Amino acid sequence: MKIIVAIKQVPERDAPIRIDASGKWIDEFGLQWALNESDAYALEEALLLKEKSGDPTSEVIVLSAGPERVGVTLREALAKGADRAIHILADDLASRDSLGLARLLAAAIAPEKPDLILTGLQSEDLGLGQTGVILAELLGLPHASLILTVEKTATGLAVKRELEESWFQTIDLPLPALLTIQSGGNKLRYATLMGIKRAKSKECRVLPAADLAPASPPVVTLASVTLPQKQKSTQFLTGSPAEAAAALIEKLRTEARVL
Amino acid sequence: MSVFVILEDRNGKITRSSWEAAAAATLAAGAPVTAVLLGANTEALAAESATGAFSRIIRVEHPLLAAYSSDGFVAALYQLLQTETPEYVVLPHTYLVRDFAPRLATRFGQVLISDVIAIEPGPAFVRQLFQGRMNATYQSTGPLPCFISIQAGAFRATSPMTSPIAAIETFVPEIAARDIRTTAGAPFRASSQTVDLGSAQLIVGVGRGIKDESNIPIVQALATALGAELAASRPICDAGWLPMERQVGSSGQTVAPKLYLAIGISGAIQHLVGIKGSQCVVAINKDPHAPIFEIADYAIVGDLFEVVPALTAAINAARQ
Repeated sequence: MKIIVAIKQVPERDAPIRIDASGKWIDEFGLQWALNESDAYALEEALLLKEKSGDPTSEVIVLSAGPERVGVTLREALAKGADRAIHILADDLASRDSLGLARLLAAAIAPEKPDLILTGLQSEDLGLGQTGVILAELLGLPHASLILTVEKTATGLAVKRELEESWFQTIDLPLPALLTIQSGGNKLRYATLMGIKRAKSKECRVLPAADLAPASPPVVTLASVTLPQKQKSTQFLTGSPAEAAAALIEKLRTEARVL
Repeated sequence: MSVFVILEDRNGKITRSSWEAAAAATLAAGAPVTAVLLGANTEALAAESATGAFSRIIRVEHPLLAAYSSDGFVAALYQLLQTETPEYVVLPHTYLVRDFAPRLATRFGQVLISDVIAIEPGPAFVRQLFQGRMNATYQSTGPLPCFISIQAGAFRATSPMTSPIAAIETFVPEIAARDIRTTAGAPFRASSQTVDLGSAQLIVGVGRGIKDESNIPIVQALATALGAELAASRPICDAGWLPMERQVGSSGQTVAPKLYLAIGISGAIQHLVGIKGSQCVVAINKDPHAPIFEIADYAIVGDLFEVVPALTAAINAARQ
């Protein structure tokens, strides 16, 4: 089975983020970057499917779009066990909407003719949660979203889909197909020293975005980024930990009356 | 302005998030909007919707819409929207909508503006970035219709307006069984549900700030001192540090305690929707910019590994 995992590099979770001078994005200077969390679960599921298949021709390809720094995240995915990588080199991602980005990914995926495409459910930065589903439509493939685990069946796949409020359902679908993966379905692996060593000699093909799909004008544009307004007047309790704790208990007893 | 709102139902009733989407749509249009229902038999749902909140109700009916499928819903709505050509299509931002709406928008060369929390003049649509740490304003410049999904709880579901009772119409799309490529099984729950967080009055919720499984006893001690239930945000349960049944948020349980203590929880929207019903929220977090502080009544900016033991000690001391 040939599996492509589309992954995204996002600012590290605890990285301090500031709005840039344009007021339309964040200041990326000095930011630390990491693999988007649900994409890490998508990669894990792909590696598990390859291992379970027992088929030596099975292949896991990681795919990502972005500037040069994205190569680091792709190399980390190779160290975890992906066989090769495709890097769509694009410095103008902020000017593309989800459809424009998905068109780039689709153009890189189509010639590979994969059996299965996996993406994370949503990114931790933009959180639009739709690149995978758009990709399925562009490629004319069936899809299922919010998937926790994947089993190969005689006719295709049986996947466990998460519903709201702790409900689940099983979905059967034929291959080729696209799945968006929810976090938590499997335990994530770490790269081994051997894996890191091997990754250095694995193929990472760079495809300039301009060669893949013409940049079409976006249909949705981000006009401005602002800090959220506070919804409540929060009382901040200060002092040493013991003082703040005592003040909090006093407030909860006498003011909020919840203790 | 021609605005359609797609309503979702569960157990034979229109869902609350659908009424919230309807309120957002009505607010944006400044007038009653058109409601769309999908299913094999939507007669009762149409009757429930025909309360004066909508100017028109369209029942999109087909036997193949009896159970949800992305292929079926996309095909049916694509045909309807090609015929009707509204300017805006508003949907609740639910798991179901997230599954089909991006596909539907793509078919129109459009992009769904997802998880909208506010609508500004223009119209411009506000949604959150970086797990709630920033807001962004989006505008649609593409072909019509513009697709928007509304975050749960962002708009108040208003009582129906007293406009004339809506005209109810039926639209029958052309769908063939072979168009639907996925087969969905019946919904099920995890076998052991032994914790009922929904009725707990005091809850201590723990998030990523706890750093390691070996630190869980620190928050467990606080929960024990308070006589509270221990709950967690998704990453803690994903990692297996606490069982899934203790997860609070859109994918876990919804809680409504008197007191919710959020310990090391940053406050991503997926968690916040689960605690909205809390009477009093306390947040303890070392990051002063964590979104949890935006909804907290009381807050301590500090190291939970110092503050939580101090709190536990103070509660235990007061008991003796």
